[in-house]
Amino acid sequence: MTDLTIEFAGLRWKNPVAVASGTFGFGREYGEFYDLSELGAICVKGLTLHPREGNAPPRIAETPAGILNAVGLQNPGVEGFIRQELPELRRHDVPVIANLSGNSPEEYGEMAAMLSDAGVDMLEVNISCPNVKAGGMAFGTCPAAAAEVTRAVKDRSKVPVMVKLSPNVTDIAEMARAVEDAGADALSLINTLLGMRIDIETRRPVLRNNTGGLSGPAVFPVAVRMVWQVRQAVKLPILGMGGIRSGDDAVEMLLAGADAVAVGTASFVDPFAPIRVRDGIAAYLDSHGLTSPRELSGGVRAW
Amino acid sequence: MPVSEMAVIRESRAMEPYGFSLILDAPGIAAAAVPGQFVHVDCGGDTLLRRPFGVCGVDGMQVRLCYELKGRGTELLTRVRAGDLLPVMGPLGRGFDLSGERILLVGGGMGTAPLLFAAGRSKYADAILGYRSADQELLSEDYKKVCGTVELCTDDGTLGEHAFPDALVRRRLEREAYDRVLICGPNAMMKAVAKVCKEAGAPYQVSLDVRMGCGVGACLVCACRDSAGHYRRVCRDGPVFDGEEMDWDD
Ligand SMILES: Cc1cc2nc3c(=O)[nH]c(=O)nc-3n(C[C@H](O)[C@H](O)[C@H](O)COP(=O)(O)OP(=O)(O)OC[C@H]3O[C@@H](n4cnc5c(N)ncnc54)[C@H](O)[C@@H]3O)c2cc1C
Ligand SMILES: Cc1cc2nc3c(=O)[nH]c(=O)nc-3n(C[C@H](O)[C@H](O)[C@H](O)COP(=O)(O)O)c2cc1C
Ligand code: FES
Repeated sequence: MTDLTIEFAGLRWKNPVAVASGTFGFGREYGEFYDLSELGAICVKGLTLHPREGNAPPRIAETPAGILNAVGLQNPGVEGFIRQELPELRRHDVPVIANLSGNSPEEYGEMAAMLSDAGVDMLEVNISCPNVKAGGMAFGTCPAAAAEVTRAVKDRSKVPVMVKLSPNVTDIAEMARAVEDAGADALSLINTLLGMRIDIETRRPVLRNNTGGLSGPAVFPVAVRMVWQVRQAVKLPILGMGGIRSGDDAVEMLLAGADAVAVGTASFVDPFAPIRVRDGIAAYLDSHGLTSPRELSGGVRAW
Repeated sequence: MPVSEMAVIRESRAMEPYGFSLILDAPGIAAAAVPGQFVHVDCGGDTLLRRPFGVCGVDGMQVRLCYELKGRGTELLTRVRAGDLLPVMGPLGRGFDLSGERILLVGGGMGTAPLLFAAGRSKYADAILGYRSADQELLSEDYKKVCGTVELCTDDGTLGEHAFPDALVRRRLEREAYDRVLICGPNAMMKAVAKVCKEAGAPYQVSLDVRMGCGVGACLVCACRDSAGHYRRVCRDGPVFDGEEMDWDD
């Protein structure tokens, strides 16, 4: 019998499929389509210490097999999340992973303390948002800064700490090692790839922010490659994401070295995408005589 | 509650002289939709994101959409045939307030599509419909079947009065009272009509058109500022907003 249950950084997930931060709000909307308890875990919209309005629109552009977004971390702030959103999420039997972005290591630490005290199950430290000026990706492209943020969060957190890596770096394995050495409990990757589109009639960038983050099927091969490289560099559990839209995609990501996967942009196309991905993994395991997704992790037979 | 369903195309045709009409069997959406709400359509092919279209009418289990050719998604839509399946999600968003005895509908171009549904569900409605030119007229015959009066105007005078809709709205509001004016059309037209309503002290609602991602309220890409300066989600908090609620100048 197939058993989709996994243990991820000490937490029990019913299945290896999470939803990616920023693509699922705080769960209320997609919760109208299916029971959120069906999911492996929920990474909530990226939080900042204080509420943020986000970037001016347009915030989205379609690209070949992908989208560019520049939301700019619009969110109700840590307190707003804890007051208005967390109690609602807690009504479902699913691990809640709080995604956080700070302006300094101290601020990351402060947020970590507040969120873990409030009872989230895990923290996902976003050092890779390409759409905000302060913080975000600045911490994610320098190994020393990434390590400092990781330590600051680990110091103040009572729950496992996952660090989300940016693909906008030359050597992602180096970033992964720095974060592992600084005490992270897990890694998630990839965040969006920095991109740009221009309207050739108006000569204006399509996004008001000029640049944005690329996600969706277009980034899938990049994500698979990066997960594979990181798997060889560190021992930490990996939440693999970037362009996954089917069970087969998820299996590929697991084979590359992920221990679990997250579905993001695919939910915009089909609200049931995370459920389909979960069922697709189960079907693959079944048809290949396997019993657990653990048997796939890192199973690529590289040349 | 919105549903995601595989709708069966009943009819897909080009309208004369302008636009396209699509009739779908979509029981879940048909049962729940109210005027002003929209559906999110997966046009297939090489498009990734769904495209939003206002519900133009509901008849039993069937939903009608009307659209104009814009880009890749709508081009793919013109190719669907009766019997084909179309992934459709809805009904989504907040619709028009149809309470009250008398409603004035002001539609511009393709904006006449979502308002037609409002005409059918209002106690009593008059319509003022504006088009760029006679060869872009659409749905005015359908309006005549469900509205008290229907006035037409075009930017170039080739059909109805040679005027912009706001001029006709000004004249009407000087003579008659309405519980609410519902406006849907290009931004410039909505702005001009909104100004007239404000001056006449007539309550009004607008339906905003922005680029969307998820369409359900989860991704925050469809932002529009409200008058307090906060970003709201057009797909969830709208697309219909009260007159003074939003600041859609940018
Ligand atoms: C709530 C709502 C209801 C709508 N109802 C209808 C309807 O009933 N009938 C109808 O014909 N249309 C309607 N629209 C507009 C419709 O969604 C777009 O015309 C359609 O998405 C275009 O898709 P496309 O792939 O053909 O064009 P694309 O290739 O996506 O776009 C063509 C061009 O328009 C730009 N663009 C695309 N979408 C938008 C946008 N929303 N705002 C500004 N620029 C944009 C693109 O950048 C591109 O330059 C509605 C929109 C909204 C938000
Ligand atoms: C609209 C949008 C908003 C996002 N917001 C966040 C965010 O707040 N924090 C974060 O860590 N990642 C954010 N991401 C990145 C996703 O979590 C994910 O890493 C990326 O989209 C790749 O996965 P996908 O291709 O499956 O979407 C966002 C992505 C999108 C499309
Ligand atoms: S389109 Fe995603 S929140 Fe409106």
